[in-house]
Amino acid sequence: MSAAGDLPGAKPPGEELHEVRLTVNGEVRTVRVPARRLLSDCLRHDLGLTGTHVGCEHGVCGACTVLLDGAPVRSCLLLAVSAEGASITTVEGLAEPGSGLSPVQQAFRECHGLQCGFCTPGFLTTITAGLRENPDPDDGQAREMIGGNLCRCTGYQNILASVHRAAELMRAAAPAGPA
Amino acid sequence: MKPRPVGYTRPESVAEALVALATVDAEAKVLAGGQSLVPLMSMRLASPDVLVDINRLTELSYVRVADGQVCVGALARHTDVLTSKAAAAAQPLLGKALRFVAHPAIRNRGTTVGSIVHADPAGEMPAVLALLSGEVRVASAAGERSIPAGEFFLGPLESDVQPGELALEVRFPVRPAAAGTALAGTGFAEISRRRGDYAVCGVAVLAWLGTDGSVGGARAAYLSVGPAPVVVDLTDAVAGHGADAASFPAAARLARARLAPGADMHATVAYRRHLAGVLTERALAEAVADAREKAAA
Repeated sequence: MSAAGDLPGAKPPGEELHEVRLTVNGEVRTVRVPARRLLSDCLRHDLGLTGTHVGCEHGVCGACTVLLDGAPVRSCLLLAVSAEGASITTVEGLAEPGSGLSPVQQAFRECHGLQCGFCTPGFLTTITAGLRENPDPDDGQAREMIGGNLCRCTGYQNILASVHRAAELMRAAAPAGPA
Repeated sequence: MKPRPVGYTRPESVAEALVALATVDAEAKVLAGGQSLVPLMSMRLASPDVLVDINRLTELSYVRVADGQVCVGALARHTDVLTSKAAAAAQPLLGKALRFVAHPAIRNRGTTVGSIVHADPAGEMPAVLALLSGEVRVASAAGERSIPAGEFFLGPLESDVQPGELALEVRFPVRPAAAGTALAGTGFAEISRRRGDYAVCGVAVLAWLGTDGSVGGARAAYLSVGPAPVVVDLTDAVAGHGADAASFPAAARLARARLAPGADMHATVAYRRHLAGVLTERALAEAVADAREKAAA
């Protein structure tokens, strides 16, 4: 553990550290990290947010997807230092505090959209942003939405069902808009 | 799977970035979207000494149409180009190709200029730039220069951007010179093993109509079949053949004869050459239909 007053962040000998300010799940966090620290590692190791999973670590699997200023990105393909000043939402930040599961999380539970759960944080963040952009995807659009994320358990069918169910839940929860 | 220690500087302006690139006495790499550079660093296939992070240079995050060119600044993300209505109206090939560039999460961060400077022979946007005979504007502390696409791609992951230089902008012609004043259309086709993955083979096609409405000519730029984008003039195979599909197999034969693809774990030479022909027909059909639609409008 770091001494009192120290910012979180490990210091390998001789490596220059950079102070990085991030708004993570609505909370301003400051870390001191070397330039080479991947955002995924910064979230997990420096900030203790282990909900973001690291699968392939080269941008293929999508497990580490987080929202950067609202848009899904691979946190393993970003240097934390380069995200200075950004607002980041991880899987931990999807549900409003005290309000239970988010609609996408609820849909995954209802539709059995996960088995081992390793890929799930990446799907949840991706679909949360995807439904914000397109609240009523058809089947093709739902497939396209999750096309950049790998799941080795479910065979994707239940994840697709979860996308549609989440859209339904969100529509039901939204106040009736203009016709 | 972690990058080695690396120096880091984050200039606030192009002028500052050029000073940084000029004064670094070690191997410096420009970091824009990092969607190719960061994984290469993680795999230690790239080991720059210093990163010059240009993510603060918002003056370069534009996509605009000016002087008959779609101008894309070095900090414009693929998504910015893909969602630009002005760019889509001026040069629809950009959108047709960008949909094949990885996945939305990658396109949200990766930059179009970055993917061109990265010069991956499997990249879609280098092929588009080569097909349209666009250019790359680069700057260094010594001044600016423009590099035509034909001289820009030197080999796999090697472009003509020199140490100390920063690519500022890529320009895609709205009306490529190859088509002259003729009505032209574009098409793009690609085969990858998984959606969003690197192309096993891909092609961008520009086709234009003669004054009598028949196909006047066509050219194609291929990805994943050589060390850099390979441009093939298909005019001999298609010119004067009307606008029906009759000449498309001849174009495919011409492409297969001209290309010398390599083999890798995903495709043999013969399979890749076969794909090049099939994809030539598809993209050519799309381009000719596109041109005829414009003619009918």
